[in-house]
Amino acid sequence: MYNKGTIIPGLIIFVLFVTFPIWFNGLKAATVPKPELPPGGEKKCVESVEYMRANHMQLLNEWRDNVLRDGNRTVVTVEGKDYRKGLQQACMQCHSNKEKFCDSCHTYAAVKPYCWDCHLSPKEAVSKEETH
Amino acid sequence: MDKQRRKFLKIAGVTALAGIGAPALVRLSSSNALASEHGAAEGHAAEAAHGAPVEAAPQGVRLGMVIDMRKITERPELLDGAIAACIDAHNIPQFDNRKSEIKWLWKAPFANVFPVESSYHLAKNVKETDFAVLCNHCDDPPCVRACPTQATFKVKANGIVAMDFHRCIGCRFCMAACPYGARSFNWEDPRPYIKKYNKDFPSRMRGVVEKCNFCGERLARGQEPACVEACKGTGAIVFGDLNDAHSEIRQLLDKEFTIQRNAALGTKPSVFYIV
Repeated sequence: MYNKGTIIPGLIIFVLFVTFPIWFNGLKAATVPKPELPPGGEKKCVESVEYMRANHMQLLNEWRDNVLRDGNRTVVTVEGKDYRKGLQQACMQCHSNKEKFCDSCHTYAAVKPYCWDCHLSPKEAVSKEETH
Repeated sequence: MDKQRRKFLKIAGVTALAGIGAPALVRLSSSNALASEHGAAEGHAAEAAHGAPVEAAPQGVRLGMVIDMRKITERPELLDGAIAACIDAHNIPQFDNRKSEIKWLWKAPFANVFPVESSYHLAKNVKETDFAVLCNHCDDPPCVRACPTQATFKVKANGIVAMDFHRCIGCRFCMAACPYGARSFNWEDPRPYIKKYNKDFPSRMRGVVEKCNFCGERLARGQEPACVEACKGTGAIVFGDLNDAHSEIRQLLDKEFTIQRNAALGTKPSVFYIV
């Protein structure tokens, strides 16, 4: 083999470089996040847990179109409690900690939903509340 | 070979002729339909000549507003209260520079609100009081036609010209289309300039157009618009269904002389002023 001295170290460096993310984290996957359950103790969501896990974004889009386009603002009742359709009006009523609920998974999955560009998280909403 | 080429050229020539001639043929064959359309248009013109243009009877709910400037002239603090209520209800940012200003309900002098009406030798009260200005929720809104993404649209159920901020791409065609300057663009992030948050309503983001929504979210909860509620009991702002002959607003419109902003444009504004 010609140039054995440069090719073999070069290959080793290349493999090490490509596999950097794997060995840098000690050959372990990052721990799967556990989103915080509602601090208020609510046990039932508007849909089943599996459905919400997989399709909460579609549900939010549906609600958005219902409310804004079709004027269908019927309340969603879960265990006798009424929720108005909306991220701020329904979801965040129970999942009141955006950082521990929404962000925990979104950061893990490296998705950046733009909900919070406009919608106010409960923490932000109270940051500028009525003072008088 | 030679024969084939000859044949090809012939076919190509005939095809080209047919292609050029087809539109003319279509026009000729549809001339009957055109003629009848023309006749109908003439009929309309004849009717119009005898009086007001004939219009189909309005259907459904069309929300509108009457602003009684006599009452606001008497008590200008009413308008200030209404503007403050609007700002609180919709998380409207307050900028110091006029370029970034976000306006839903605001004040403007008569000459700016009614540039077409004569402002020569105006009555003193009209000259000195600022008018309340907001989106006119036109029956034929030019902004809706201009919007390329249908982010702004007319709600069929109540005639409100609403916005879906999720969908706005910030092209500002609607701002160019609106003859009333009722739309504002978020040139910068509005969040730091919002004095107080209403947790039931979102804020907006940079690059989105916004305007008065006739408090669609409050109406859905059975409340009156924030500005109407702020002037409650004074009759300065009356809100209701323009198509319902028995509504309070129609009674008022039947009784008083009102003007609309630039009605000649044909946008059919739903906001009326008693001067």
